[in-house]
Amino acid sequence: MHRLHRLFVIFLVIACTVAAAQERPYFVAYSHEMEEPGNLEIESYNVVGQPPGGNVFLGSTMEFEYGVKGWWTSEFYLDGQSTQSESTIFTGFRWENRIRPLLREHIINPVLYIEYENTSADKSLREIVGHDGAADLTTPNGEARTEVEREMEMRFILGSNVHGWNISENFISEKNLAGDPWEFGYAWAVSRPLALAASARPCTFCLEKFQAGFEMYGGLGDTGSFGLHNTSHYAGPTINWNAPSGVTLSFSPQFGLNDYSVPHLYRFEVAYEVDQFLSRFRRQPR
Amino acid sequence: MRRNLYLQVFVLSMALFVQAGRSADVGWLAKVPARDRERANPYHGQTEAVAAGRRIFLDHCAQCHGDDAQGKGKKPSLRSPRVQEEATEGDVHWLLYNGNMGKGMPSWAKLPDQQLWQVVTYVKSLHE
Repeated sequence: MHRLHRLFVIFLVIACTVAAAQERPYFVAYSHEMEEPGNLEIESYNVVGQPPGGNVFLGSTMEFEYGVKGWWTSEFYLDGQSTQSESTIFTGFRWENRIRPLLREHIINPVLYIEYENTSADKSLREIVGHDGAADLTTPNGEARTEVEREMEMRFILGSNVHGWNISENFISEKNLAGDPWEFGYAWAVSRPLALAASARPCTFCLEKFQAGFEMYGGLGDTGSFGLHNTSHYAGPTINWNAPSGVTLSFSPQFGLNDYSVPHLYRFEVAYEVDQFLSRFRRQPR
Repeated sequence: MRRNLYLQVFVLSMALFVQAGRSADVGWLAKVPARDRERANPYHGQTEAVAAGRRIFLDHCAQCHGDDAQGKGKKPSLRSPRVQEEATEGDVHWLLYNGNMGKGMPSWAKLPDQQLWQVVTYVKSLHE
């Protein structure tokens, strides 16, 4: 069984070397922008951190994001994590759908997001809700993986594009299907390409290939105790680079803003976009 | 008798629905507000912008519309009289910005406005 887990991590690492994409440099917040219809984006999200009194961990998520329609994006995730001096484990899967109810671009664009997740001992930190904190990450894998969490997550996403800037806000609510109370969280981010106009000549490192911004997210308690206290919050700068052949590399050092948070998180992502994925399997007319 | 009536109403509704869909497809130009239609392209006729627009086109648009913009499968040609003659530069910019999501054309508002105008400059240069 351990061999299977190691293979999963090796798969994630290999995927990092081949994966590609064109998107915002956000790790927790979602923008209102959908995947192009028919395109498949393969992404590897990773986070490294060390909670106080705990071991260094690497949380990884492999994502398969497909543009079903111009207004509908569906995404499947496989999660895993590795904790120093403990183990490397597969932690579960998620399936989410994003729907854009307004079919034109407005000053503020809403998107509805719904996700089902089935995870245990998850350390991918793709959202912070309720009273999530660094202490949750110190539970040994052997103990944490015995508790399987089946949850529904909903987000209300608002996004705007103004003078080259993208501004995205997410309100997150999550419900454990075992009957725990609703938990809430937030995420917001802003970013902008370093140059707004494209250059006429092909280039690899020109400024329009880079986007930089800032991201902040955290918990908002639950139905019994709503608010910013007794939960963790993170913030940090973020940057990505649209490399040749459609590969996108993103990086963000993030900082815990209170004692409930992991002091430092380092996030990195590699994404690869496959154009018109399903049409590759269709017979081409002669 | 009543069953037949329901069937007729259903068939008529479907026909109207399909016709409405076709009308919507034919009429994206009619949806463009006058203010957007009249917007001036800041890169109009600039050869540098044509070259930059072609680069963006190949990165994002060619997958559906083809490298030569002639269209692919059901995806329309951008050399058509509708795009080249009927549509103004402002119309094409509006379509890029808003998309026609019900018909498979995504919004490209994720690209900065400058890059959208560069694509418009390139697409319109195909007429010459």
